[in-house]
Amino acid sequence: MTLAQAQHFVAPPHWTWYILFYFFVAGISGGSYLIATLFRLRGDRADEPAARLGYYVAFVALLPAPILLTLDLGKPLRFWHMMWNTTPGEPGLNFKYWSPMSVGVWALLLFGVFATVSFLESLVRDGKLGRPGGRGLDGVFGRVFITVGAILGLFIAGYTGVLLAVSNQPVWSDTWALGGLFLASGLSGSAAMLVLLQRARPAARASEGTLVRSERLYAVLELALIVIFVVTLIPDGTLGIVFGFPWLLLWLVAFAGLVPGIAGLLTSGLTVRGEPAAAHRQSGSGGTAVAAAERTSVMTSVAMPVLVLLGVLALRAAIIFSIQ
Amino acid sequence: MSESGYADAQPRMGFFTDTSVCIGCKACEVACKEWNLVPAAGDASDMDLLGLSYDNTGDLGANSWRHVAFVEQQVPASRVDNLGMPAIGAPEQEDEAGVRWLMSSDVCKHCTHAACLDVCPTGALFRTEFDTVVVQPDICNGCGYCVPACPYGVIEKREEDGRAFKCTLCYDRIGDGLEPACAQACPTDSIQYGELDELRERAELRKQALHDDGVTEARLYGDDPDDGVGGDGAFFLLLDEPEAYGLPPDPVVTTRDLPAMWRRAGAAALGVAAAVVASFAGARR
Ligand code: SF4
Repeated sequence: MTLAQAQHFVAPPHWTWYILFYFFVAGISGGSYLIATLFRLRGDRADEPAARLGYYVAFVALLPAPILLTLDLGKPLRFWHMMWNTTPGEPGLNFKYWSPMSVGVWALLLFGVFATVSFLESLVRDGKLGRPGGRGLDGVFGRVFITVGAILGLFIAGYTGVLLAVSNQPVWSDTWALGGLFLASGLSGSAAMLVLLQRARPAARASEGTLVRSERLYAVLELALIVIFVVTLIPDGTLGIVFGFPWLLLWLVAFAGLVPGIAGLLTSGLTVRGEPAAAHRQSGSGGTAVAAAERTSVMTSVAMPVLVLLGVLALRAAIIFSIQ
Repeated sequence: MSESGYADAQPRMGFFTDTSVCIGCKACEVACKEWNLVPAAGDASDMDLLGLSYDNTGDLGANSWRHVAFVEQQVPASRVDNLGMPAIGAPEQEDEAGVRWLMSSDVCKHCTHAACLDVCPTGALFRTEFDTVVVQPDICNGCGYCVPACPYGVIEKREEDGRAFKCTLCYDRIGDGLEPACAQACPTDSIQYGELDELRERAELRKQALHDDGVTEARLYGDDPDDGVGGDGAFFLLLDEPEAYGLPPDPVVTTRDLPAMWRRAGAAALGVAAAVVASFAGARR
C-alpha cells in the first residue's frame, strides 16, 4: 500500500477516457454557447456570423456527450434510471438537488434543448433550412431564451469540477478550485475553437479580435485558479500526486495552452493587431473587416488555438488520471 | 419519526466488531459469501493470494463484503502472549522483539450520513427501516459515483457486472428477525449484531474492562455520533490507531462541503462572466 492510499483509505472511481472527453466537450459546448450569446446580445451585425458559428459548435460538441456518459455506465441500457425513479412503489422523476450528478443530468438535458433550438435557428438564419435569409427568434423572447441557454452553458462547463470535488479522493476533495478551473479553461478552449473554425467561415473573422482578447482574460483567470488549486492542496500534502511524473508532462501542455493568452496580454494588453477599427465594425461593412482580419497569420489563427485546446484537454487529463 | 425518515421505523440496527477477540478464522467472510452469493474475488484460476501475510482478501470491495484484516506488528517480547508452549534454547529476553497480530473483521460502516447514498443519482442506494444503507441491484445503473464518494473505500463496482455492490447488513435476514450471516458464524462473538444503542453501551463496558485489565490502547472507532459521518452503524473496538487497520482516522461525508463548493464555483462563474463582458465591451470603445 502506498502512502497516498494509506492516507486516503478510499477506492478510485475508475473513470477514464469517456469522462475525460465528456469533460472536454461539455466545456467547449457550454463555453461556445455563452460566447455566441454574447456576440448576439451585443447586437452588432458584424458579429452575427461568429454568433452562429458559436451555436453550431455548441450543438456539435454536445452530440457525443450523452453517448460518452452512457457508455461509461456499468449498465448503459439503464441510463434512464438517472431520470426516472424505478424503485417499486415510488415511480416519479428522479431529481436529487444534493447530488451533482443528478443535477448535471437534468442540466445537460435542458441545455441540450437550448443548444438544439439555437442550432436550428442558426441554420434558418443562414438560409440552410427553408428560404434563404430566414428570421430567427428575435425580440425579447429570443434574447431571454439565449440568455437562459448561456447560463445553462456556464453551468455545464463548470459543474463537472464540483462533481469531482464532492468525492473522497485525494486532490479532488482537497481543493475547491476545480469548478472554477474547469469553467475558465472550458471558456478559453471555446474561444480558441471558434478562432480556429473561423478559417472555414471567413465572415466570422470580423469577431476574431474579441475572441483573441477574451482568450487573454480567460488565461489569466485560469492561471489564478491554478494557483489557488496549488495553494489549497499544500495543507493536505497532495501536491505531489497531481504534479508528480508523468502528470507533470500534462501540466506542461496545460501551461503551454496558457501561453498565447498570457503572452498576448503582456505584449499588447487588450488591443489586438489587425482588428478592424470600431468605426468600420459599426458601419457593418463585413468586406472591410474580412480584409483586415486576413492579415492575422496562420500562427495566431491555427497554431495558438490548437495549443490552447490541447492545454484544455491536458488539464483535465492530469486532474482525472493522476489520482487513480 | 426517526432520522431515517420512516414513520414506523425499527430501532437502528448495527454491528459492534470487537477486534480484541477476533481470531482471524474468516468464518464471517465465508458465511457472507455463501449467504449473499458473492462471487470469488479476482480471477478464480489464481487464488489472488497477496503473498504478504495471511490477509489474502486485501480490502473490502464488490466481492468482499467482510474483510478480515491481518496486521503484523513488531512489539517488545513482553507484550506477546505466552501460550506456554515447550521451547528449546535460552530463555527469551524481556526486550527481545516479538510479533503481535491485530485481526479485525472490516465491513461497510452503514454511516449515519452516508456519502454513497447522498451522491447516488438513481435512488438505487437507499436507507432501510433499520437505518442501514443498501444498494438495490435492480435500480443501480453502474454510474460509479458512490465509489469515490465513500470515505472508507467500501463500495465498489463489480468488474464483470458493472453495478456497485456492498454489505447489505443482510437486509433479507434481519427483516425476518435473523442475525446477519457473519455475526451468526463468528465463533468468538467478535461480531455482535443488535440495536445500535445497546451495542454502544456494551462496547463502552468492554472498553472499560480492557482498560481495567491494563490494555489501555483499546479504543472505540466509529461510535461517536458527532464525527464526520454522524457515527457509524457498524463500529469497532480497536487495539491500535485506526490507521494501523487501514481505517481513516477522520472520515468525512463530502457532501457536507457541497454548498460551499457550489458557492465557490459560482464565484468563479462570476469571474468568468466579468472577463467575458470585459472582453466584449472592449471593442465598443
Ligand atoms: S461506509 Fe461507504 S459504502 Fe458504507 S454506508 Fe458509509 S459511505 Fe456508504
